[in-house]
Amino acid sequence: MLVGLELYIGGVLLLLGAAFTLLAAIGVVRLPDLYTRMHAASKAGAVGGGLILIAVAVLSQDASVSMRAVIGVVFLLLTTPVSAHLLARASYLSGYKPCSQTLIDELASNNEQNPAT
Amino acid sequence: MSTAFLVVILALIWAGISGNFSGLNLVFGGLIGGVAVLVLREALVGPRAFRRARRMLSLAVLFLYELMVSAVRVAIVVVRPDMSNAVRPAIVAVPLTVTSDAEITLLANMITLTPGTLSVDVSADKSVLYVHALHMVDRDAMIADIANGFEKKIREAFE
Repeated sequence: MLVGLELYIGGVLLLLGAAFTLLAAIGVVRLPDLYTRMHAASKAGAVGGGLILIAVAVLSQDASVSMRAVIGVVFLLLTTPVSAHLLARASYLSGYKPCSQTLIDELASNNEQNPAT
Repeated sequence: MSTAFLVVILALIWAGISGNFSGLNLVFGGLIGGVAVLVLREALVGPRAFRRARRMLSLAVLFLYELMVSAVRVAIVVVRPDMSNAVRPAIVAVPLTVTSDAEITLLANMITLTPGTLSVDVSADKSVLYVHALHMVDRDAMIADIANGFEKKIREAFE
C-alpha cells in the first residue's frame, strides 16, 4: 500500500507540471505582446518545470538523484526570472513598444536618462 | 557546538549529492565542509546567524506560496475566452528602498515570479525599479504591495 503511494504522488505532480507547461505555451501564443507573454513563460513555465523535477525527486527512490532534482528546482527558480527580465529589457531598449492596451508606460519618459549600454 | 553540527550536516549533504554514504566519503565531505565553515566563519558567528536564517526561511516560504498563486492566476487569465478584458498591462516605476546589488537582484527576481508583475529595468542610479504589470487595477496599491511585502522581508533578512 505504502509502496504505491509515491507512485501516485509522483504521477499527480507530473500531470500538474505538464498542465502548467501547456498553459504557459498557450499563454505565449494568446497574449498580445512580448511583456505579457513573459508573464506566462516565466511564472507558469517555472512552476511547470519545477513540479516535473519534484516528481522526478519523488519517483527516483535514490538520494543522489532526488538531491540533484531539488537543486535543479532551485537553479530553475533563480535563472527563469533573469532570462525573462533580460528579454523584456533587451526588447524595450531595442525599441519594441508595449501593446496598445497598455495603460501607463512610465519607462518611456525616463528612457533618455537611462540610455542603452 | 554549532560549528560541529554544521560540519556534520554539510558532510551528509555531500554524501547525498555524490550518492555514496560510505565512511570514507562522509569523512571527505566533512573535510570539505570544515574548510567551507573555516572560510565563511566571519558570516556565521554571533547570535544573529540563526535569527537571520529563520527570516530567510520565512522569506522562502512566502516566495513559494506567492509563486504558486501567480502561476495559477496567469493560467486562469490565459484560458479565459474574453482574455483581452482580463489583461490591462502597464509599466510602473517603483521607488526602491533597498540599496545593495544583492538585495535589488533578489527583489527583481521575486517580483518576476509573483502575481501579475515582471521587472523590466532598473534605473541607472539604482533608485527606481520599472515593473510591468499584467493586470493593473490601482498604481499606488501595487507599489504599496511590493514595498510592504517582499521589500520589507528582504530588508529584514539582510540587515
